[in-house]
Amino acid sequence: MNAGILPSSLIGAAPDEKNFLLSVEALTVSFDGFKAVNDVSFYVDPDEIRVIIGPNGAGKTTVLDLICGRTKASGGSIKYKGQELTKLSESAIVQAGVGRKFQTPSIYDDLTVFENLEISFPRGRSVFGALTFKRDAEVRDRIHEIAQTIFLKDQLDERAEFLSHGQKQWLEIGMLLIQDPELLMLDEPVAGMSVGERIKTAELLNQIIKGRSVLVIEHDMKFVEDIAHRVTVLHQGKVLSEGSMDRVKNDPKVIEVYLGH
Amino acid sequence: MTSPVQSLSKAVTVNDNPFMKPVEWLSLALLAGVILVVLPFALDGFRLNLVGKYLTYAFVALGLVICWGYAGILSLGQGVFFGLGGYCMAMYLKLEASSIENTKIQSTPGIPDFMDWNQITSLPWFWQPFHSFPATVLLVVAVPVAFAFLISFAMFKRRVGGTYFAIITQAIAAILTILIVGQQGYTGGINGITDLRTLHGWDIRTDSAKFILYFVNGGLLIACILMAQYVKKSKLGRILVAMREKEDRVRFSGYSVAGFKVFAFCLAAVFAAIGGAMFTLQVGFMSPSFVGIVPSIEMVIYAAVGGRMSLFGAVWGTLLVNWAKTSFSESFPDLWLFGLGGLFIAVVLAFPNGLAGLWREHVEPRLFRKAKGLAPMPAPVLPQSAPAE
Amino acid sequence: MFGDYSIADLSSIFVMQGFAGLILFSVYVLMALGLAIIFGQMGVINMAHGEFMILGAYVTYLCSTFFQAHLPTLFPAYFFVAMALAFLASGALGMLVEWALIRHLYKRPLDTLLATWGLSLILQQAYRSIIGPREVGVELPSWMMGSIPVTSTIDVQINGLFVMAVTVVITVAVALLIYRSRFGAQVRAVMQNRSMAGAVGIDTEKVDRYTFGLGCGIAGIAGSAFTMIGSTGPTSGQLYIVDTFLIVVFGGAASLLGTIASAFSISQTQSTLEFFLSGSMAKVLTLLAVVAILMLRPQGLFTLKVRR
Repeated sequence: MNAGILPSSLIGAAPDEKNFLLSVEALTVSFDGFKAVNDVSFYVDPDEIRVIIGPNGAGKTTVLDLICGRTKASGGSIKYKGQELTKLSESAIVQAGVGRKFQTPSIYDDLTVFENLEISFPRGRSVFGALTFKRDAEVRDRIHEIAQTIFLKDQLDERAEFLSHGQKQWLEIGMLLIQDPELLMLDEPVAGMSVGERIKTAELLNQIIKGRSVLVIEHDMKFVEDIAHRVTVLHQGKVLSEGSMDRVKNDPKVIEVYLGH
Repeated sequence: MTSPVQSLSKAVTVNDNPFMKPVEWLSLALLAGVILVVLPFALDGFRLNLVGKYLTYAFVALGLVICWGYAGILSLGQGVFFGLGGYCMAMYLKLEASSIENTKIQSTPGIPDFMDWNQITSLPWFWQPFHSFPATVLLVVAVPVAFAFLISFAMFKRRVGGTYFAIITQAIAAILTILIVGQQGYTGGINGITDLRTLHGWDIRTDSAKFILYFVNGGLLIACILMAQYVKKSKLGRILVAMREKEDRVRFSGYSVAGFKVFAFCLAAVFAAIGGAMFTLQVGFMSPSFVGIVPSIEMVIYAAVGGRMSLFGAVWGTLLVNWAKTSFSESFPDLWLFGLGGLFIAVVLAFPNGLAGLWREHVEPRLFRKAKGLAPMPAPVLPQSAPAE
Repeated sequence: MFGDYSIADLSSIFVMQGFAGLILFSVYVLMALGLAIIFGQMGVINMAHGEFMILGAYVTYLCSTFFQAHLPTLFPAYFFVAMALAFLASGALGMLVEWALIRHLYKRPLDTLLATWGLSLILQQAYRSIIGPREVGVELPSWMMGSIPVTSTIDVQINGLFVMAVTVVITVAVALLIYRSRFGAQVRAVMQNRSMAGAVGIDTEKVDRYTFGLGCGIAGIAGSAFTMIGSTGPTSGQLYIVDTFLIVVFGGAASLLGTIASAFSISQTQSTLEFFLSGSMAKVLTLLAVVAILMLRPQGLFTLKVRR
């Protein structure tokens, strides 16, 4: 609408008219002068499943850290449903509807599976709310429903410490699921799993990604091909390539990075 | 999809989160029985008053269970809050004892004697509210809470925790002690506020008054235990445990971690302050020797000996350590510090879950071997949290 | 406030007060150096640090008595022997404590704090039982007594100058050891990445033990130097522990330079305020200022921005 004032190149670079769920623009962060993420821009549609791939140290996890507020950006913007995330606290970002799963399972060992899920239930998040929180039928039913989805309905009263590695990963996915986020970010959800667990996890992910946008970091190419709508390739903190899996796979720059040297 | 789930949920969770489990009711009954029935019958007035004094420290230990055991925030400055509560009460009692006719030999009648000795001629402004008993009761709680909030809010917002927070609380305990000792004219200095007589006209020095105060103290302690039990049982209690383990995860479940930590710290401060006020009433004075570094860290050992995760354990631990202290320092004064020092080391290296842990591992399995339905709660695990920095 | 003094008097007072501050600064630096190594490099809170210092002071006291009685001819030089012995005694005790206590608690910093507090109580009682509850002072050799007149109104004490000289030497030695020697490189490697340091062949347990021993040994030297300017009792160490921790934290725990800068600013503030206010209020205000700054800037004076 301001076409008369703005240079045309800028309008081309910022397609604001479309309703993206998440628009990351010119995102940059530096640690002691080292730019871990350098001028990264990408856009995620509602209901899109986007996979971020790239060699180690490409800045993939840092991008997720930046979106969920764990790391503060040095420059650029992250807009989620039109709301600027770079200025919000972690908890406010979660409350806005962004969920994040960590690379290593991040659950509460001392609490039972039930309690782990209960803490993630999106109600009673203030101090007073938590004090007066009632474990009512709605909470219980939702927890049992989720537990069934993540294959843990028989382990509800077990301490999370005693779960297997794969079960811990599922529990964390369940903790995200119960938050019902509109944007789900998963950092290597099948890493370190047995083959059987991998298949079950893929099935689980396929089930839960319906009706929300998902941002996944993954190394398992078979898995990526199965789920990705579009793929973003990061390399040395920059976007190297973006598009469908087929396009990215045949991009000479990507081949160079993965196979070259 | 929903109907089988619902039936399943009903089958499993009839009453999965009662306010207290049977074993906890039993513990409460045992504790209340000993404090309110057995001890008053078994002990003479002097000894009972001594137990009453110990029990005022149990309030501090109780707060430390929530703050340190559950939330993982070690405060080495609980004496500050014990002292603030105690001083608030002492200031009220002192003003009542310094009526014009009681102090007519002073050059300025109507002000506390130590002010007169220090050439202070009018009551300082911060003493004024303590003319009123309701205001005093309010301030006993409000002053420590405000102070605890001030200390903790700034630091927890900046994600300072662990050892760093412990050092700062210790420094605050040191500062407050130096301040109280240095400002003799306003605080009574190193001797503290002494020669307290009446509460609202009721002489607290008589045996009958001491007897009644003992029960008031015991009742308040049990009320505080129930309050702490409510917090522990609420979702907030579980969030504290979760936070102690994985602070980041709690943040990414949508909670503002700082608020919960501030709450835990302030609650511990309130308990400590109530204990301090009851100390002043029962013992009849308050002095900086309960505020500083040494008493503050000693209060931590009460909770540690009892079991840092156990509310009832905290009370037993306090009683046991203080009983040991009194009997040892009477007969072998040299040995006591060796014993106390050894206790600090033993409780960390050998039995980190304290008396409650020993009870849970060795006594309960025998008591409840047959009744599986009454299975005790899982043994709490030591906080393994690293400092937040 | 200044009305009674002439300009010359005032400047002399400031110089003298500054000199008093420098002595305080020296003692602070010596105490904080050991703590900065243990807390800054190892992340261990050693609440018994003050008692290690007192051990050094007692060793010096015993040396002074011994030399006086048996080797009066060597008495003028006893202090150098005492300082070496103080370092060895405190360092050896430190290594013993690391082996018996600290190494079991590296993952539980809060518990380390409680355990070392217990240790400090035991050491205090041991001093009380063995040496006695009264404060003891050492006999200074005659060359250390007296003062050097700088101008007609300004005198500097020789023992103060000596403490400063000791501080400079020890600080330079520690800096060289940590930043220039092979041992220092190993210490820093272990603290930055324990498993990687182990993988490249560093004996991490040994490094831990020697680092802890070094920190305690320096505390012993601090105690030794401390006898030059004050007397020693069983609980003297406890009086300084809070100040010392604040100095280390205020300086930014991992930085030697920060420790020195913070010791300087704290000691100068305190000794300057002491002139205008009572000693206790000067201390209260200084500590309050430090705590307030730490609340707003928890990382202390010197830090790097690092990825967490």
